[in-house]
Amino acid sequence: MSRGMGSTLAAPAQTAHHRDAVGAKLGMWLFLFTELLLFGGLFLLYAVYRTRFPSDFHFAATTLDPLVGTVNTLILLTSSLTMVLAVAALERGRRRAAQAFLAATMALGALFLANKASEWAAKIGHGLFPRSGLLLDRTDGENLFYGLYYGMTGLHALHVLVGLGILAVIWGLLARGPRRGGEAAAERGTERLGSEAAAERGTERLGSEAAAERGIQLENAGLYWHLVDVVWIYLFPLFYLIS
Amino acid sequence: MARTAAPPAPLACSYLHPGGGRGGLLGWVLTTDHKRIALLYLYSILGFVAVGVALGLLMRLELIAPGRTIVGASTYNALFTLHGVIMIFLFIIPGIPAIFGNFILPLQIGARDVAFPRLNLLSWHCYIAGAILAVTALFTGGGPPDTGWTFYAPYSIRTTTNVTLAVFAAFVLGFSSILTGLNFIVTIHRLRARGMGWFRLPLFVWSLYSTAWIQLLATPILAITLLLVMMERLFGLGLFDPARGGDPLLYQHLFWIYSHPAVYIMILPAMGVVSEILPTFARRTIFGYKAIAFSSMAIALFGYLVWGHHMFTSGMSDTSRWIFSLLTFLVAIPSAVKVFNWTATLYKGSIDASPPLLFVFAFVFLFMIGGLTGLMQGALSVNVHVHDTAFVVGHFHYVMFGGAGFGLMAALLYWFPKIFGRLYPRRPVYIALGVLFAGFNLLYFPMLVLGWMGQPRRYYDYLPQFQTGHLISTIGSWVLLVGLLILTVTLMRAARRGPWAPPDPWGGTTLEWRTASPPPVENFAVEPAVTGRPYDYGALGRGAAAPEGR
Ligand code: HEM
Repeated sequence: MSRGMGSTLAAPAQTAHHRDAVGAKLGMWLFLFTELLLFGGLFLLYAVYRTRFPSDFHFAATTLDPLVGTVNTLILLTSSLTMVLAVAALERGRRRAAQAFLAATMALGALFLANKASEWAAKIGHGLFPRSGLLLDRTDGENLFYGLYYGMTGLHALHVLVGLGILAVIWGLLARGPRRGGEAAAERGTERLGSEAAAERGTERLGSEAAAERGIQLENAGLYWHLVDVVWIYLFPLFYLIS
Repeated sequence: MARTAAPPAPLACSYLHPGGGRGGLLGWVLTTDHKRIALLYLYSILGFVAVGVALGLLMRLELIAPGRTIVGASTYNALFTLHGVIMIFLFIIPGIPAIFGNFILPLQIGARDVAFPRLNLLSWHCYIAGAILAVTALFTGGGPPDTGWTFYAPYSIRTTTNVTLAVFAAFVLGFSSILTGLNFIVTIHRLRARGMGWFRLPLFVWSLYSTAWIQLLATPILAITLLLVMMERLFGLGLFDPARGGDPLLYQHLFWIYSHPAVYIMILPAMGVVSEILPTFARRTIFGYKAIAFSSMAIALFGYLVWGHHMFTSGMSDTSRWIFSLLTFLVAIPSAVKVFNWTATLYKGSIDASPPLLFVFAFVFLFMIGGLTGLMQGALSVNVHVHDTAFVVGHFHYVMFGGAGFGLMAALLYWFPKIFGRLYPRRPVYIALGVLFAGFNLLYFPMLVLGWMGQPRRYYDYLPQFQTGHLISTIGSWVLLVGLLILTVTLMRAARRGPWAPPDPWGGTTLEWRTASPPPVENFAVEPAVTGRPYDYGALGRGAAAPEGR
């Protein structure tokens, strides 16, 4: 709370800087870069191993059900749509509608995870998991395929989970209404959303400013959600459509 | 820090004195003031350096004579692993950006704080969390990790020591590094003072900017690599396990795709510090401002493409080896551009041989030895010979300690009056430098020679013919320690009792010298306007360069 200390000393000549929507968005985009690179390492491994064991990969992929993958793709794409609608609604000041769309997004995200979990459970039930007796008897390429399958979809699922958490926080902030929500954000700091430029200010004066902050936060959360979506769009063909 | 009685005048309205908000310890560990966060980093990083140095000294003590002296083989393995992890992840990577970047960057661009002050605090919390995890890894699980700081697979996946936690610690520390980089990029883009165009940025800011990009774009690769090691150990995915078709070489590729650029995370900020100190004490504008600024970016770019030179002997095609070798030689060009520009800056300057400047000279000298031995290893034929020998250990200590480490000390000496508002006596610092310099070369030059003669690295034992070299090196480590102690004691005393510093004790021209020492919480009473380039001694003259005061 350096602002608090500063206020006794001098006029806050530069506080204007700290309500910087462009800066908050820039920060979010930079963060998304890092996420892409994080997955990039895994895609690199995938590329190497697939070139090394093409036929094993194709064979192993026959054990995955394209229908499950397609359904999950549709679910995630729809959730991106509802996310955009939430942002658009809030822009037009329709807070309730934004909340509803956000809830829909979360529900779809949860559905995706449920579907994923049942798929994993079935695979594990069939004895297809790393170091399982069944897999150890198979070829190297099939082992690697499953290693990558669990590693990549697992990391992706973790991102969906984090995304759900972020959306839930924002939903909560929206539910409190703009005025009080602003203070709550300033106090609790929802840094991960890249919104601290706004949240960082110790006090919130105007409801409209708080609403603007909500807008930035929601938009940044949306960017994150779309990233998770985009990653899946690459995972889907790489695992489900190569058999 | 926080004096209870009425503080002396210069402290009264500075960031060091809790004028409002939270006082006491909470006022520090929950602060969002970039200056306080910088000090938090300073103290925590120096604390870990002390541990790292102690471990280094222990290793040197073990090596004073052939055979087992104080520790056995597996303890030695744990020692160099810990020493490496602490020095790399807890000291030299956060090092200058986290301490001086945090303190000086907003001041130099005339901002009130960084773009995301809370994120800044979070990154320090990540740093501390990572450090605690790393320490926990020593005492839990199957004992301290023994893989070396590189965590090479497949050994890191098979060893029973507590690698999982250590790797997770490095992962969390990586987060801290990414957040700092992200924060700095946005800060530099968005918070420059009025009139501060890109080519009016001080060169330290340029170096932080290129460093921040590397932090942002390289660290995630390390993150995923470390995550994979964890997943391998916990779930056995088999991606690096040769028994199931996995390829350990891919681990090395992924690891060095990060860790080579990380070398530039270590050195670029130190180069930025040099580019600040030289003009101030040569009383002359920097020679080749744009060349220096762009060479930072060039180093950042080329730094991505040379990771293969760590793997010349691990099994790569000849084509990739010579390409990596060629690229390695190319990185030397922007580094040399800097050294030539620095030298040219001194030409016809009116040089004040102050402590920071002398540390910079030591930096340039040691960095050149490090850089030139680096070139030697970039050549394939030599590399095969010296790979994994003490030559490499000597080389990277010259670069990281002689380069980045001395750069950090120079930065501390240069900005000390700004940070603490006090002056330090010159004489003991000169003595410390002399001792440090002698100790440093005694310690590491024999390593270059020993390695050339065939002493492998990471061995706790050696053949009798290497005894003399090892003895000299160990004695050097004690001399070095004395130098470090003199410097530490001098500065600690000065921070508490030194005479008050004026706002601009060195006659610097960049914005941080235009505010009080130590700076007030809000940095500048009025947002400064920038009308010209930095280091413009010609146009400003000594009179105009003098501080405005407050
Ligand atoms: C008093 C200061 C220091 C001493 C006495 C010292 C000594 C040593 C010794 C003896 C080794 C092991 C050589 C081997 O057997 O392979 C070593 C390794 C290493 N040192 Fe230092 N060192 C010091 C400072 C530093 C600093 C400042 C840094 C980094 C900035 C650093 C980074 C490393 C690294 C990365 C390794 C490699 C660890 C590994 O092999 O995994 N050291 N040092």
